[in-house]
Amino acid sequence: MTILALDWFLLIEKLILIAVIIFASLGVALYTTFAERKVAAILQDRPGPNRAGPFGLFQPLADGLKLITKEEIIPTHANKWLFILGPGLAMTAALMTCAVVPWGGTIDVMGHKVDLQIADVNIGILYVFAVVSMGVYGVMIGGWASNNKFSLMASLRAASQAISYELAMGLSLIALLMVTGSLSLRTIVEQQVGHVWNIVYQPVGFLIFFICALAECNRTPFDLPEAENELNFGYHQEYSSMKLGFYLFSEYINMFISSTIMATMFFGGYDLPFVTSHLSSPGTAAIVGIVVLMAKVVMFIFLFMWIRWTIPRFRYDQLMDLGWKKMIPLALANMLVTGFIVLLKQNNWHF
Amino acid sequence: MQALTNRAKQVDRAPMTFIEQLYLWNIVKGMAITFMHMFKKQPTIRYPEQKREFSSVFRGLHVLNRDEEGKERCTACGLCAVACPAEAITMEAAERLEGEENLYREEKYAAKYEINMLRCIFCGLCEEACPKDAIYLSETFTPADFNRKNFIYKKTDLLIPNPTTDAQGFAAAKGVKTNEIGLKN
Ligand code: SF4
Ligand code: SF4
Repeated sequence: MTILALDWFLLIEKLILIAVIIFASLGVALYTTFAERKVAAILQDRPGPNRAGPFGLFQPLADGLKLITKEEIIPTHANKWLFILGPGLAMTAALMTCAVVPWGGTIDVMGHKVDLQIADVNIGILYVFAVVSMGVYGVMIGGWASNNKFSLMASLRAASQAISYELAMGLSLIALLMVTGSLSLRTIVEQQVGHVWNIVYQPVGFLIFFICALAECNRTPFDLPEAENELNFGYHQEYSSMKLGFYLFSEYINMFISSTIMATMFFGGYDLPFVTSHLSSPGTAAIVGIVVLMAKVVMFIFLFMWIRWTIPRFRYDQLMDLGWKKMIPLALANMLVTGFIVLLKQNNWHF
Repeated sequence: MQALTNRAKQVDRAPMTFIEQLYLWNIVKGMAITFMHMFKKQPTIRYPEQKREFSSVFRGLHVLNRDEEGKERCTACGLCAVACPAEAITMEAAERLEGEENLYREEKYAAKYEINMLRCIFCGLCEEACPKDAIYLSETFTPADFNRKNFIYKKTDLLIPNPTTDAQGFAAAKGVKTNEIGLKN
């Protein structure tokens, strides 16, 4: 009986967490589109959307409504099921990543300890990697099923870009894992609470990770898969209505998630330096943690946008060049140096 | 070859170093530039609330003029229609009857006077051609419409308010604030 009761509580707790996190991600993605337009506008000396509601705050709702009410078109010669599967896969993969992110510490609900994390998998980072690389299938399948040469070309680009940059990303992570010694995101954050953040140990690793994250999210300067001037509209050219919305949304969710991952791994997650480790009540600590994590995420998202509205798109050969000839050697060197120092430290600084 | 100015600079064709090939420094410089733009003044005019001032010689929507006593000046001579390069003006003349002297200044007047605003190129030649100072182009533009038919402006749409009955409207249409005239309703 006790076991059953405990299980029920766990189930409900996790379900609520999942619902909250999914809706929060959707809401964040919704308002990231708005923020993107606002940031773009402000960086270009114009006011941006300001008609719908105060300061244009209802603009994303209007956009969403517009997308939903548009006509749904499936091209005659498209592969129907794959055509529908594409955006769904992109969206699912984007949303699945948030399962392992620790959003805050532990809170007490009716005598139960509740971790603000859906699943504390001990291979958290590997899970993130696996799911993120699945996201590219959404793009590939969608582009292939459209039966359009531009979409196909875009999805080919997306695939090769993802492969190239995942390598460097993985290598930069290995260096980080040597420092932390754990794959669980919660452990990584807890190591940073009250200590220095991992960015201090791994500045080069962070830089590589950040650049690769830009490439993985298909953000400028690496938005080759949707290069409008060469590929018309990229892989979602044939898409309309909410299927297009899903693709656009998954891009923003991806951006949100990779900002969270970066904040978690390199910038102490929900840790506020000099404060978090001194907060006595776990409830307050959890709330402060969520706010702090969100603040870091917002900074990263702003950085993503700032870069987008500054740098033009790379040429395709430059992209591959940067990935294979610059990023991977740099990541390898970083990994070797880190490994050397970690070994030296374990040996008490004796050769 | 002799340089025209002393600003000419030799192009640097040295191959990029590894650091340069990472583009990082230049990207940081570019980002600093875009960041500074956050604090620049926005030149935007928030249109429906704020309006840009037109120049005093702006050629906008036509107005058919009246004299100080409120009589229509146009005598349907047709010179404007002849001058019009877009052939946008059509009219029908009529003779002034007994007792209509307070309405029309000349013995002949325009019973019908239409300008097709979709044809008009707002060149202002009609204004220049008119011997009676009866037509001029105001400082407002043709409002948008859902219907082609509504772009053929009738005499009622073009005629200026009567100064004897609606002095305010006449003044507004004539001078300082011309934004409201010509707006069809
Ligand atoms: S402004 Fe030019 S085009 Fe328009 S009615 Fe007058 S003469 Fe014709
Ligand atoms: S507007 Fe002037 S030019 Fe045209 S018909 Fe009337 S009087 Fe003649």
